[in-house]
Amino acid sequence: MSTSTQQSSAGPDTSASSPNPLGGHEKQAPWVPWAVFGAAAVLALGIGLLTSWNIVLFVIYTVVLGTLGTYVLSRVTEGPRKAVDRLVTCLVISAFGIAMVPLVSLVYEVVRRGAERFDGEFFTASLQGIIGPGGGAYHALMGTLIITLLTTLISVPIGLMTAIYLVEYGSGRLKRSITFLVDVMTGIPSIVAGLFAYALFVLIFGPGVRLGIMGAVALSVLMIPVIVRSAEEVLKLVPNELREAAYALGVPKWRTILKVVIPTAIAGLATGVTLAIARVIGETAPLLITVGITNALNFNPFDGRMATLPVYAYYQLTQPGVPPENAIDRAWTAALVLIMLVMGLNVVARLISRLFAPKTSR
Amino acid sequence: MTSTTSAPPAQQPKSRPGDRIFAGSAKGAGILILVILAGVALFLISESVPALTASADEISGDGGLASYIGPLVFGTLLSAVIALLVATPLAVAIALFITFYAPRKLAAGLGYVVDLLAAIPSIVYGFWGIFWLAPRLVPFYRWLEENLGFLPFFAGPVSSTGRTMLTIGLVLAVMILPIVSAISREVFSQVPTLHTEAALALGATRWEMIKIAVIPYGKSGVIGGSMLGLGRALGETMAVAIILSGSAAGITWALISSANPQTIAANIALQFPESTGLAVNTLIASGLALFVITLLVNMLARWVVNRRADFSGAN
Repeated sequence: MSTSTQQSSAGPDTSASSPNPLGGHEKQAPWVPWAVFGAAAVLALGIGLLTSWNIVLFVIYTVVLGTLGTYVLSRVTEGPRKAVDRLVTCLVISAFGIAMVPLVSLVYEVVRRGAERFDGEFFTASLQGIIGPGGGAYHALMGTLIITLLTTLISVPIGLMTAIYLVEYGSGRLKRSITFLVDVMTGIPSIVAGLFAYALFVLIFGPGVRLGIMGAVALSVLMIPVIVRSAEEVLKLVPNELREAAYALGVPKWRTILKVVIPTAIAGLATGVTLAIARVIGETAPLLITVGITNALNFNPFDGRMATLPVYAYYQLTQPGVPPENAIDRAWTAALVLIMLVMGLNVVARLISRLFAPKTSR
Repeated sequence: MTSTTSAPPAQQPKSRPGDRIFAGSAKGAGILILVILAGVALFLISESVPALTASADEISGDGGLASYIGPLVFGTLLSAVIALLVATPLAVAIALFITFYAPRKLAAGLGYVVDLLAAIPSIVYGFWGIFWLAPRLVPFYRWLEENLGFLPFFAGPVSSTGRTMLTIGLVLAVMILPIVSAISREVFSQVPTLHTEAALALGATRWEMIKIAVIPYGKSGVIGGSMLGLGRALGETMAVAIILSGSAAGITWALISSANPQTIAANIALQFPESTGLAVNTLIASGLALFVITLLVNMLARWVVNRRADFSGAN
């Protein structure tokens, strides 16, 4: 209320409505909010010691009391407008803090529990004939690598060619509808992609079929739109002067694309592909219903069930057998390896885009 | 005169076979995308026909397909809406923090840290939800039941494991937080500097500047982004499957009891590996329902976001 009236009257006569809305009140020293939060922490400590000590409650009390204290103090000394501003600042910073809680606790929990079985045997042994302790995820790791490789082999050509079509050739209705449907495809739930692959292969092989290649097809449905999106963005950044220079030399369009456009954009394309791999390597649901699980090593994606790391983690957790601790430890280590794979791919993608960025800015 | 005759040389490259093959395969790949999307719909429909045409007593449970899928749709929508209600304000606040409050040098790094939440696989969220989050929420749920138990949402008895609908909503909220905040951030960073500086020059505080310049400009982008998040939450499978395994209670509004409605995606993941015959077709039919729901939500979201893009393209 008061803010809008002050806004509109801010031009001609600022000093008319209130004593002096901008300069009249003392401006708080920068250390004041910190001091308020310090006092709030002491107060929260007192409350905690009087009732029941709990680190979570301590943090919550500190933030709530500190925010209220800052607001009230600022309202008294600086006026309501400044006070609301400080209140929002506190809220916005707390929101960021809240978002960090799951990230930090998740990484900490996975590393703590996953470190238990993070040993040589985990990476060299399968689960064949394992009851109780020992055993590993070698077969699942291999399955994940094979299926992800197949997915990449299917998705990259299709995704890249589609992006080339959209940027270099496409026009009119077909281009618009492909762009829109790629967007829509990004939102397909992963489990629906799995059902699609299942329904497709059932028509060929009959019901109950489980193959590694089915998983690759399902993951491709998820991966293609990601590749198209990123490749399209990157190809658009290639300056038109390069293309025109090639045309002027009489180079055909397809060779221009292959020899000029793609080499210029290669760093961005590689980044996009790496991020797309990171996106699908942790997918569980489609693999759960298309590839299944097995305890033995299977290198052939065209013959029977394969184990994959996420599905392995899922079954080790939900069907641990007796005693459950061994399998649950293995599940956490699999989750740790999975996170390391995804984060590692993200880091690699950043490195590629930083190290091999095109030198066009000269 | 001569300008009209200069057209033929431009035509010449088209006759090269290499060009035709390359252009053709690029176009083919584009059309393949359309075929795949059509194929997803077509194969799902063809495999769910047996369930759609089956008589009511052949479907598991009683009352036929509609009463099998109905509670699942309810559970899916309920969990996604809880996630949306929790995630949207938080994501907008985070986007504001990174765009307008954080020190310039830190902003990109902080944005990357929030994006890390999107990199964590869904199944790991399930692990975290069941072992870390759920037990820690139980005292909070007890408190809710004692003090707000008169509301149907918080009716007892409280689940002793914390594996409840509200837990799912919170886990899903964390999972969609990065996408909603990423899109909000992008929209906020596009707010014309003229608008923000004009507001500040008129003596607005930072919050007033956000209220009068940033929010009106970014509103539709935030709505579109949160709907994309909704689409994401609707389709989330593994986290829900792990946390809510073994409790299917039909339609209930109780969020913190041990009897919770299941979601479509989680139900498929839990039932599919052990199903045969008509049960598989029933599950695929429920998958078709999920596909249609997410398709509608995503199309609407894209439409909202793109409409805004048309606006801002001018400046």
